[in-house]
Amino acid sequence: MARLIKDRRVIPNAPSPEGEVIRLEPADDPAAVADRLARAARVEVNFPKFSDGRGFSIAWLLRQRYGYKGELRAVGHITRDHLYAMEKCGFDAFELREGEDAQEALAAFSDFSVAYQK
Amino acid sequence: MYRYDEIDQRLVDERVRQFRGQTERFLAGKLSEEEFRALRLRNGLYIQRYAPMLRIAIPYGLLSSKQLRKLAFIARKYDRAYGHFSTRQNLQLNWPRLEETPEILAELATVEMHAIQTSGNCVRNITTDHFAGVAADEIVDSFVWCELLRQWSTFHPEFSYLPRKFKIAVNGARQDRAAVGVHDIGVHALKNAAGEIGFKVLVGGGLGRTPMVGQVIREFLPWPHLLTYCDAILRVYNRYGRRDNIHKARIKILVKERGIERFREEVDAEWAHLRDGSATLTQADVERIEARFTRPQYEELPDEKPPEAGPFAAWVRRNVHPHKVCGYAAVTLSLKKTGVPPGDVTSDQMDAIAGLADRYSGGELRVSHEQNLILADVRQRDLRRVWQEARALGLATPNIGLLTNIIACPGGDFCSLANAKSIPVAQAIQERFDDLDYLHDIGELDLNISGCMNACGHHHVGHIGILGVDKHGEEWYQIEIGGAQSPAALGKVIGPAFARAEVPGVIEKLIETYLEHRDSEAERFVDVAQRIGVGPFKEAVYGKADQRSPRHPERALA
Repeated sequence: MARLIKDRRVIPNAPSPEGEVIRLEPADDPAAVADRLARAARVEVNFPKFSDGRGFSIAWLLRQRYGYKGELRAVGHITRDHLYAMEKCGFDAFELREGEDAQEALAAFSDFSVAYQK
Repeated sequence: MYRYDEIDQRLVDERVRQFRGQTERFLAGKLSEEEFRALRLRNGLYIQRYAPMLRIAIPYGLLSSKQLRKLAFIARKYDRAYGHFSTRQNLQLNWPRLEETPEILAELATVEMHAIQTSGNCVRNITTDHFAGVAADEIVDSFVWCELLRQWSTFHPEFSYLPRKFKIAVNGARQDRAAVGVHDIGVHALKNAAGEIGFKVLVGGGLGRTPMVGQVIREFLPWPHLLTYCDAILRVYNRYGRRDNIHKARIKILVKERGIERFREEVDAEWAHLRDGSATLTQADVERIEARFTRPQYEELPDEKPPEAGPFAAWVRRNVHPHKVCGYAAVTLSLKKTGVPPGDVTSDQMDAIAGLADRYSGGELRVSHEQNLILADVRQRDLRRVWQEARALGLATPNIGLLTNIIACPGGDFCSLANAKSIPVAQAIQERFDDLDYLHDIGELDLNISGCMNACGHHHVGHIGILGVDKHGEEWYQIEIGGAQSPAALGKVIGPAFARAEVPGVIEKLIETYLEHRDSEAERFVDVAQRIGVGPFKEAVYGKADQRSPRHPERALA
């Protein structure tokens, strides 16, 4: 079962990227990799637990403060229930946990059609 | 009353659809227990001792008669025809069925209500002064600021999976009736020398297992920065708050471990990036929210002469409160009648209360964090009729501010976290102190009961606080004195715990000690407890050190 979503589309087989893949754990500080971001092929943020929300702040900082424009992929314990908020924080790729159907999960991007936050 | 706009309505409708899907996936085995737990909790759904419990949000305690009728209907149709008002101004249903909760949420959405973020590790219902908008000492109408914070915190994408729950309180008046000192963030409206509105911001307060009084992180935050500053605090907390130990995960532990100075530096460093950013509030934002609140149309009325004696006068003295508009008053309907669990109301009572609100208070009510209901805009000339009708409904016990106005969590009768029962203790105390004249003589006294150290009954800030503890599988009760909501102070434990049957007698001894030591009737129990300390109370309860039984040092009283 395909488990990878990128730009709201299911990607059957992920092509291996050219260039560095940076992987950040919840306790990592994105400032520490800021100078490598421009050359990175991808940044992965790991969510080892369903309820550990540190990666949301990491994504926000990567996009808003450090200006990262490339692929930002959430990996780990990800279900469709995270997708809406994760995309709002700047993720554009998602590797779902085993057992999640990526095709069904796409609907989660339209869980909400409006938001309060500017 | 805040009226939803199209966005508010769409969000709650879409939330119902989302939660319906999550429940279906759980029941179909596509979501694990642990995953569904994190999702159902942020919709207020607990799995309790005997049944699920659904906590329905009443944002900042403001409720319309139409909404209350809907709650009565829901309690009748989906539960056992009663509900429990909590210390966070919400309503809890104790017996809903898991499969039916999406239906209940759909019913709520039809009256602009929901259960969003009433539990879980996210920003919870914003609480405030139950006299907001009508208090004579008002600086700002805190409802407007609560609603701004409610919108900011609702589905905040970055702060949906915090280390732990997060409680914010707003106080808009000179006197703090929102207990801002015991919240994760407490904001207190101020006017500076130039007449500009801002907020004193406290952080790191909270009750629970490690009670702490919040510390001032900012003396005066100009109002446009309220949300960006909260963003900065939440981001520091989300990144660095402890996640290794649930008992150390609240922001108060982070603030304590860092120290307020270092914590402030971190928040300020974060805020430097956010300040004046897109979440900065404008006058137009505030006016847009203000315009969505309906306001009562007050008549020009004279103040009435208060009654002098008799049961009506006793009720007016305790349950009627001053109003900023001449000829009006706010009325507390007491949900603390002896024999009824504190904060409980039946569906029939809810319907009748909605009728009272329609006839006498512009169709609006407030829920107080003391678990009572308030009619905020009553014409003084209607007070006697309101009293008569409330009395017929069992809602006119003249005990607001007095010992029997007990704040209590649902306790071991319902809650799976509880170590001990709360409700029978409350009842036994109310029965012991059933003499109204004696109660009035004792004067103002907050008595709070929690069935476990999670402190939902806010026992740390009760003038007398009772905590249920478990000792070798038995229910015991620890007693503390000298706590207060405002200025926030934490009670001190008087000594070893008691068996349930002993508690009313201990309370009696504490009261006798207070009466012996007070300077005048104006000196309240809490004033005496703070002035003379625990010593004399301890001695009265346990006896002098040399009189205590050496064989049963823990049960000297028994």
